[in-house]
Amino acid sequence: MNILVCISNVPDTTTRIKYSADMKSVDYSGVQWIINPWDELALTRAIELKEAHPALVQKITVITAGGADAEPTLRKALACGADDAIRVDAPGGDSLFTATQLAHAVKGEPFDVILCGIESSDYNGSAVGGMLAELLDYNSVSAVSSLNLEGNSVKVTREIDGGKQSIETSAPVVLIVQKGIAINPRIPSMRGIMTARTKPLKVVAAAAASPGSKVVGYQAPPQKSACKMIDPENIDELVHLLHTEARVI
Amino acid sequence: MSVLVYIENRNGKFKKSTYEIVSYGKRLANGLGSSLTLLSIGRVAEDELKNLGAYGAGKILSAETDAPLDDKAYASLIASAAQNSGATLVVMAHNVTGKALAPRVAVRLNAGLVSAVNGLPVSYQPFVVSKKAFSGKSLMQAEITSDIKVITLSQNTAGIETFAGEALIEKIDTSSMTSGTKVVSTEVQTGKILLSEADVVVSGGRGMRSADNWKPLEELAGVLGAATACSRPVSDEGWRPHHEHVGQTGKVVAPNLYFALGISGAIQHLAGISSSKVIVAVNKDPEAPIFSAADYGIVGDLQTVLPKMTEAFRKLKASS
Ligand SMILES: Cc1cc2nc3c(=O)[nH]c(=O)nc-3n(C[C@H](O)[C@H](O)[C@H](O)COP(=O)(O)OP(=O)(O)OC[C@H]3O[C@@H](n4cnc5c(N)ncnc54)[C@H](O)[C@@H]3O)c2cc1C
Repeated sequence: MNILVCISNVPDTTTRIKYSADMKSVDYSGVQWIINPWDELALTRAIELKEAHPALVQKITVITAGGADAEPTLRKALACGADDAIRVDAPGGDSLFTATQLAHAVKGEPFDVILCGIESSDYNGSAVGGMLAELLDYNSVSAVSSLNLEGNSVKVTREIDGGKQSIETSAPVVLIVQKGIAINPRIPSMRGIMTARTKPLKVVAAAAASPGSKVVGYQAPPQKSACKMIDPENIDELVHLLHTEARVI
Repeated sequence: MSVLVYIENRNGKFKKSTYEIVSYGKRLANGLGSSLTLLSIGRVAEDELKNLGAYGAGKILSAETDAPLDDKAYASLIASAAQNSGATLVVMAHNVTGKALAPRVAVRLNAGLVSAVNGLPVSYQPFVVSKKAFSGKSLMQAEITSDIKVITLSQNTAGIETFAGEALIEKIDTSSMTSGTKVVSTEVQTGKILLSEADVVVSGGRGMRSADNWKPLEELAGVLGAATACSRPVSDEGWRPHHEHVGQTGKVVAPNLYFALGISGAIQHLAGISSSKVIVAVNKDPEAPIFSAADYGIVGDLQTVLPKMTEAFRKLKASS
């Protein structure tokens, strides 16, 4: 069984967002890039599964659609334990554009389980995984919080509206994963970093694709007004303010 | 031309968020000068469907089936309903179901998708919507350029409006639905207020010290009719279940009132709570960053403050 993990290259979660002067684009100068947190958990689970079932899981591949500047992030994924990497040489676009690029590189390749994070921490689209599944005409399960492999069967837990479900499905399948799939992300070891340098990283040319949406501009979110401090000896004051001033209880 | 809204039921009943998205769909249809069609999948009684008339439902397509959620099968049904009703805009809630289905529907319709949209579009022609980006650190405006468009709506960003009118129900065929996934078991949260739809959320962080200390927090939640939540280290430690984890890598919540108890206010936590209307923070550290995100703050030790809060709210509830 071969596992593919889709990786989004995103600014570190503590990044302060800066903009171009016309507010039409984000200024990425000085930004630290990381593996999207959910993708990092997906990769972690893939590595755990390969360790637990060495006879069953043959290979873990990571893929991203992006420019050459995304390669350090792919190398980090290789250092964590992925076996090889694919970069689709496509500049940024919307979710439809990105999913089309990934599908183009994946179509016909022998991947059995494709893992995507449920969201990318930059544009918070929650879209690429589901789109990729549809473009490949594979089954998909979203909001997956646990994943196990038993022979050819893929066993997952998914969150549903108001609860959760245990689901069984079979390869090929796209799983869109969230918190719980793994707890602590794998951190590259020294040895991992060394071997990552020589692991294969294939660059695939972009497919012809047109996006379905485009960014018009950005705004900084509105500033919060100052916090009203309340004396811990006077909790009634808090209750009173929430009731009469904020009117939320 | 029409707007198609997918409406989700839980055990045959609609929720507040359904009324929001139906009345949102009606306002979109008005803005576009088109009509509103709803699609319900599952078994919902006719009365429950008819009730949606008051929120703007015109035509309701009812796909009666016992088939549980299967991403591919449901998306295929929604896309065909969109095609058959000539929809140029498809709308879903930005919840676990909408996240699973909207991307697949968009591909089927060759449509651009913008998810987690805040309220009504900024403009209809061109079709420009507003949404949060970078987990709440930025607001972004995006134009959907394709002929058919798909959006998902962030909960509590459109509000509920009522309209005069009556809903017309039309049953649609589901006999060709097939599923590639098998449900082995389903676990439904009962008797608890769900985090995703709570008006009040009481959330605890590492400052709660241990799993055993959650009893007083649950008591406060009980008095307020609130859902309980937590920060990431709390669920990582196993003090609380994962589905309570709020923040950048957990759930994004938008209640009227959010209590952050013993939560430092890390940027990744704030990413999940910044849409709350009012935030109350209790922390023993006056310098904790949570106070710059909160509306009301108390500097104090939770061991003493929390029981006092519960008492004070109990008094208010008893008098009102
Ligand atoms: C990629 C990434 C993603 C992340 N995603 C999330 C996320 O989704 N959600 C999330 O929450 N975090 C997330 N984090 C972690 C985040 O950075 C913080 O570490 C975390 O939010 C801290 O949790 P906390 O506030 O409960 O604990 P702490 O930071 O330890 O804060 C505890 C607070 O409690 C106060 N306190 C202690 N004792 C008492 C007492 N007796 N009475 C009153 N106050 C007391 C302390 O003053 C302190 O402010 C993420 C981190 C990374 C790197």
